[in-house]
Amino acid sequence: MIIEALLAVTLLGGIAVLLAPDRLAGKLAFGISLGPLLGSLWMFWQFDGSGNLMFDSAAKSFESSLSGTTLLSMGPWDVQWLAAVDGISLPLVVLSTILTTLAIVSAWTPIDERQSQFYALVLFMEAALIGVFTALDFFVWFVFWEGVLVPMVLLIGVWGGPRRKYAAIKFLVYTNVASAVLFVGFLGLLAGLDGTITSFALPEISQAIHAGELQGVGPFSPEELATVSFFAMFAGFAVKVPIVPVHTWLPDAHVEAPTPVSVLLAGVLLKMGTYALLRFNFTMLPEVAMANAELIAAIAVISILYGAMLALAQRDLKRIVAYSSVSSMGYVILGLVAFTVYGVGGATFQMLSHGLISGLLFMTVGVIYNTTHTRMVGDMSGLADRMPVASWVFVAGAFGYMGLPLMSGFAAELFVFIGAFGAEGLQYSPIFTALGMFGIVIVAGYLLSAMQKSLFGPFRLETDYEIGRAPFHDVAPLFVLLGLIVLLGVAPDVVFDMVESATQPIVDAAAENGGGA
Amino acid sequence: MALDTLGGEDWFLHLAPALVMIATALALFGVDALDPDSTNHRAVFGVTLAGTLAALGSAIALLFGMGPELGTTLFSDQLVADEASLLFTLIVTSVTSLVVLGSYDYLEDLPDKGEFYSLLLLAATGMVLMAHANSLATVFVALELASLPSYALVSFLTDNRGSVEGGLKYFLIGALSSAVFVYGISLVYAATGSLLLSDVGTAVTEGVDQTGVLGLGVLLMVAGFGFKIASVPFHFWAPDAYEGAPAPISGFVSSASKAAGFLIAFRVFTTAFPLGAMQDAGIDWVFVFGVLAVLTMLLGNLAAATQDEVKRMLAYSSIAHAGYVLIALAALKSGGAHNDWVLAGGMLHLFVYGFMNTGAFLFVALAEHWDVGRKFEDYAGLGEEAPVASAAVTVLLFSLAGLPVGGGFWSKFMLFGGAIQNGFWWFAAIGLAASALSLFYYWRLIRALWIDEPTDGGHELDGTPTGLYVAVLVAALVTVGLLVGVGPVAEVAFDAAGNLVG
Repeated sequence: MIIEALLAVTLLGGIAVLLAPDRLAGKLAFGISLGPLLGSLWMFWQFDGSGNLMFDSAAKSFESSLSGTTLLSMGPWDVQWLAAVDGISLPLVVLSTILTTLAIVSAWTPIDERQSQFYALVLFMEAALIGVFTALDFFVWFVFWEGVLVPMVLLIGVWGGPRRKYAAIKFLVYTNVASAVLFVGFLGLLAGLDGTITSFALPEISQAIHAGELQGVGPFSPEELATVSFFAMFAGFAVKVPIVPVHTWLPDAHVEAPTPVSVLLAGVLLKMGTYALLRFNFTMLPEVAMANAELIAAIAVISILYGAMLALAQRDLKRIVAYSSVSSMGYVILGLVAFTVYGVGGATFQMLSHGLISGLLFMTVGVIYNTTHTRMVGDMSGLADRMPVASWVFVAGAFGYMGLPLMSGFAAELFVFIGAFGAEGLQYSPIFTALGMFGIVIVAGYLLSAMQKSLFGPFRLETDYEIGRAPFHDVAPLFVLLGLIVLLGVAPDVVFDMVESATQPIVDAAAENGGGA
Repeated sequence: MALDTLGGEDWFLHLAPALVMIATALALFGVDALDPDSTNHRAVFGVTLAGTLAALGSAIALLFGMGPELGTTLFSDQLVADEASLLFTLIVTSVTSLVVLGSYDYLEDLPDKGEFYSLLLLAATGMVLMAHANSLATVFVALELASLPSYALVSFLTDNRGSVEGGLKYFLIGALSSAVFVYGISLVYAATGSLLLSDVGTAVTEGVDQTGVLGLGVLLMVAGFGFKIASVPFHFWAPDAYEGAPAPISGFVSSASKAAGFLIAFRVFTTAFPLGAMQDAGIDWVFVFGVLAVLTMLLGNLAAATQDEVKRMLAYSSIAHAGYVLIALAALKSGGAHNDWVLAGGMLHLFVYGFMNTGAFLFVALAEHWDVGRKFEDYAGLGEEAPVASAAVTVLLFSLAGLPVGGGFWSKFMLFGGAIQNGFWWFAAIGLAASALSLFYYWRLIRALWIDEPTDGGHELDGTPTGLYVAVLVAALVTVGLLVGVGPVAEVAFDAAGNLVG
């Protein structure tokens, strides 16, 4: 019942916040968000499952008696309530609850109008995020998937910067077209399984495909159908990740979104795309992924390098962090397509690590902006002198991004590179890995140069604002995140053990179906 | 002959919703005739609402087996009482209840309130009878009973040019389409020798000599339906009528009347003109509906996207939705395994649409009540001034676009999924593209409500239109509730569709 309870608390809490007066909304939302936070931490503490729930029904942890309730009968098929977690999804649930609580706290300073609506939308989005990472019935999952989108559009559109209307409609159109494409791709798979499945449960569908029960539909043979569906879903999820060339909504959305929303967007929403790629494309159709491994790896490497180079060309701190996300998510794709335990596990680990680090950097930029009212690198220098805490946290986060040992970024990238380097199913894997590694050099380039220009040197600020002390509740979330980043860097096993046990079956299935590693 | 023997067993129970409404309408007429000047609005409104709610309650009771057995015919097969008729009675009575609720505040400063409510009830009765009609004769009579009061209701604002113009267009084109329709019926009768739907169906299956006459008759009937459900190219009366009419009536006509018209089309074409036999005879009505569906989806959505006024946008969106539902007829296949799925999708969409669309028009009624203005930019800032109603309409609009925040997602999925399963994937593709486009124009209203700055310092929202508020909220809550609780309704829709094509 714990998953259902988390969803209910968050959702009802959102309604309560919506009805609360503005001056209480922020504190109340924080209090309510502690519910799912503590609940998910309890789940993490109690978790003793192993295996991947897509392959092994025994791997479904925290599945309640409500699971299997039929919500809707559609002819031969049932839509059911199915919710459970395994070693891949549980860390992402925890990531969502942690970042939501911190984002709420970091919103206390910058958000000063329509507060109850703002915090209510954040809580609604948290509920939908928990749903995305726990729901195992395709339609319920899709409802949550789109349910994340609606609050996000409004959060950008109402509380965003000067070009918020453009950013909001661009985000809405991009992600919605993507949803339609992936929906059709998945319907194709369903049509190919007509008669063999009785529900839309993702594990059942995945197992049916692995049992070779996919039939041809219309003009398509089973193999062609699998390929078409794979790429339709890949395209749909790629927008969310985002992968070059469908990344152009991201900088606009990030720059216009208020900082707490950017934190959630980069920290959790992007992970929805990679999580879905892992659960759908790489778990259900590994043979298609392996047959096109070089193509996908090339896309990943292009994302890494191109995203990093775009970041290099920016002057706005927020844009720099935004573009660097494109680059970082490329590592996730590279790790996934390697189909080795370290590759897939490292990709999952990178999702968590990037969620924490990018959240930290966005929050730090937010703290700097709250005080200086500028984000332009050229408008300031020597901030470390006046804002030592925020500056040093930014430096620490940046080093995490660059992969400083003992921080989570190092562990994540190391896993991905080890995994990708030894990928037997991927031709030229050393070349792809080496090219990907070069991305880190560029990352170091733009982060170091941005830091040097804005944080160090003689103090200079080209706005009319006095620099004051940032309030405690602005700074506290930074240290929480920094602590988690170091924790994952020092002891990656805290998470990696469960991730590894959940990714092993994917690698095995790929080896069986694709004949690779 | 006593009515009992004429009507069949328990006929009054089967027709309880219609009888309750007609009794309420007549009672209102009586009161109004006795004392026309001292009409007590509160009392008239209360009686009307009680009548529609009683009709709604009896429809629900009948649907869940608390009445006589379903699937029987009444009055010598002239009427039929089955799941389909009850499902659509439910749609019509729900929409009517919402509209009555919303009309209380809307009518505040208008004369002739008693007439308004009784005309509304009479039209609703006609629509319920359309749902029961089982022969071409009763189809036509019920259609006229529903249409005539609707003409008067659309032109109810006698001081408003738009209302009178819309009503006149609606009336002239409606009268023409009735004539076309009845001529089609006469040709079908000439070819088959019967007016009963099942007998026509038998005659067609056994083979008809004059296939040309039958074909022309079917084509004329398609045109007649096309007018009633406002499908392109027979739609041009609709934007003016929906825009000119009082907003609650726009919601009523574009939801309830459309739903009832569609049920007649479903019933007539699946029962009287069985697909296999008709295609053998060279009369492929599925193809005709396919053309209409594509045209309606594309033109409806494109036209809606170019409007500047909210009500007119909703009018065109209502046309676009008729296009989606037309897939239910266009994606049928002779012997197709998923015919019930497609048809049930159409019925379910009409059900959900009844709430979504009525709710959206009632929000416009709310805006008209506050004198907000007609254009998108006039609505700017309402989100802050009236957050509850704005949130409700935001949900309704997203659901209209097919996002899974409301029941509209399921019904569109069933329509498109069924079409794919029957091999008509292009309808699903066009429908999806059209839905993506529709998000754009619904978003314009959402953006105006929540994001745009008000141009001239905001609105003065005076009065507490409780009825309108409640109606919009109920519509939104039902729409959201259907996201989770669509199961029972879908089951009824499947049963109803199975009876027709099974």
